Amino acid sequence: MAADILLDVVNLGKSYGDFAVLKGVSFSLRRGERVALIGPSGSGKSTCLRAINYLDPPTQGEVRLDGQVIGRRSDGRRMSDLELAPQRAEIGMVFQHFHLWPHLCVRSNVALQPRKVRGLSHDEAAKLADELLAKVQLGHKADEMPHRLSGGQQQRVAIARALAQQPKLLLFDEPTSALDPELVGEVLTVIKELAGEGRAMVLVTHEIAFAREVADRIIFMDGGRIVEEGPAQSVLDDPQAPRLKQFLTSLAQRERGDG
Amino acid sequence: MSFLSVIYENVTDWAPRMIAGLQLTLILTAGGFSLALLMALALEYLRSRQNAAVRLLGRIYLALARGIPILVILYLLYFALPAAGLTLPAKLAGIIGLGCVYAAYIAEVLRAGFNALPAGQREAALASGLTPLQTFWLVLLPQAIRHMLAPLLINLTSLMKDSSICALIAVPELTLASREIMSESFLPLPVFMLTALLYFFMAWPASVIARVIDHRLRSYPPRSVSKMPDVKHAMALS
Repeated sequence: MAADILLDVVNLGKSYGDFAVLKGVSFSLRRGERVALIGPSGSGKSTCLRAINYLDPPTQGEVRLDGQVIGRRSDGRRMSDLELAPQRAEIGMVFQHFHLWPHLCVRSNVALQPRKVRGLSHDEAAKLADELLAKVQLGHKADEMPHRLSGGQQQRVAIARALAQQPKLLLFDEPTSALDPELVGEVLTVIKELAGEGRAMVLVTHEIAFAREVADRIIFMDGGRIVEEGPAQSVLDDPQAPRLKQFLTSLAQRERGDG
Repeated sequence: MSFLSVIYENVTDWAPRMIAGLQLTLILTAGGFSLALLMALALEYLRSRQNAAVRLLGRIYLALARGIPILVILYLLYFALPAAGLTLPAKLAGIIGLGCVYAAYIAEVLRAGFNALPAGQREAALASGLTPLQTFWLVLLPQAIRHMLAPLLINLTSLMKDSSICALIAVPELTLASREIMSESFLPLPVFMLTALLYFFMAWPASVIARVIDHRLRSYPPRSVSKMPDVKHAMALS
């Protein structure tokens, strides 16, 4: 049973001085499982995601990937960025604002990590990059510079870049929030395809319909805590917590255009 | 333009000492600038440290280097240090003095160049498993260098011109060489006009190149492009 667990998040907390953004969040992810974190802005869902790979180091609690404690040495002290590097290489991350490297062409954006971290040769890394770019339907853009691409295309490159790490786990931090509405679909299609391959993912998203389709489980957060969690269907169709009911109602109203 | 004909008549006589002076000016410039770059990198590293005491040390240095005239620093190095038991050759004192002062300006250029990059650039690199050093060399520096080249060139030019102050601690660079030629020939106008022209034609191409680089940088589209808050840079480009 325990061998089935890929990611274990235990009592994760984050405070800035007296101000706690994250107040003891625990959940776990089985291999191949997909979890969506939803909740109002400021609920701590992005902080929680960024605490998993220690981009925002948590001030309390523990993250374990495949049984290995992330970000802390055996004596409990926090790891430096150098010590964290091999652990972070196992976790792919896709950001809201893509953060492609503007001085590198699209192919090099994808090939950099395999070459420099995983030690692939120049040709092997380029071949891998071309394969992954073809997978996100951008094979023809490999030689372009990132700023020549649309937002949706840039985000698909960012997804290919994360896949190039051959990560055990993918983190998505509101991957469609910075996109024009007509570009959201192409990015969601790619993520759905990855979900179909049985990749483990944690997604922070505002797209409820998408979360329902892709996620096995949904975690609703508010005020830095998990308020409700369960299978996607039951959380969305039969919410228990008043705060979640209110949240879903306001989202539905906004979608109808009268919120 | 009578001074031109005077220069023409005497140039073979003056040339050896002028060229020797020019060489020393270039040595002071190259040495001072290299030292300044290294020290600026060190200062930037100090600033990036978590330790408050280490950061304070860096800030104190910057305040001192900006708050003391170059000439006084050169006098301290050349005249005062021997009293404390350390005698530096004039040339070395000049290089160290120029390097120490310009380190403070160049540290500012480096900082502005790196600050102009969005935080996400670094985060995306670290999140993918690149080490901090790889992140610096492969992701941050290649982008920041675009912002730094023009102001670095301006600072190099400034340093070259400021190296004439080393005449006052008896380094026989271009300015002192001209002074000596002047005091023998009693031809101040032609001699110093020639000196001024030599300095100008070393400095001017650099500022033209800096303007071209700056222009090209501005036409490079990504979001991160921003103007350098460096006064010297802004003045030279206006």
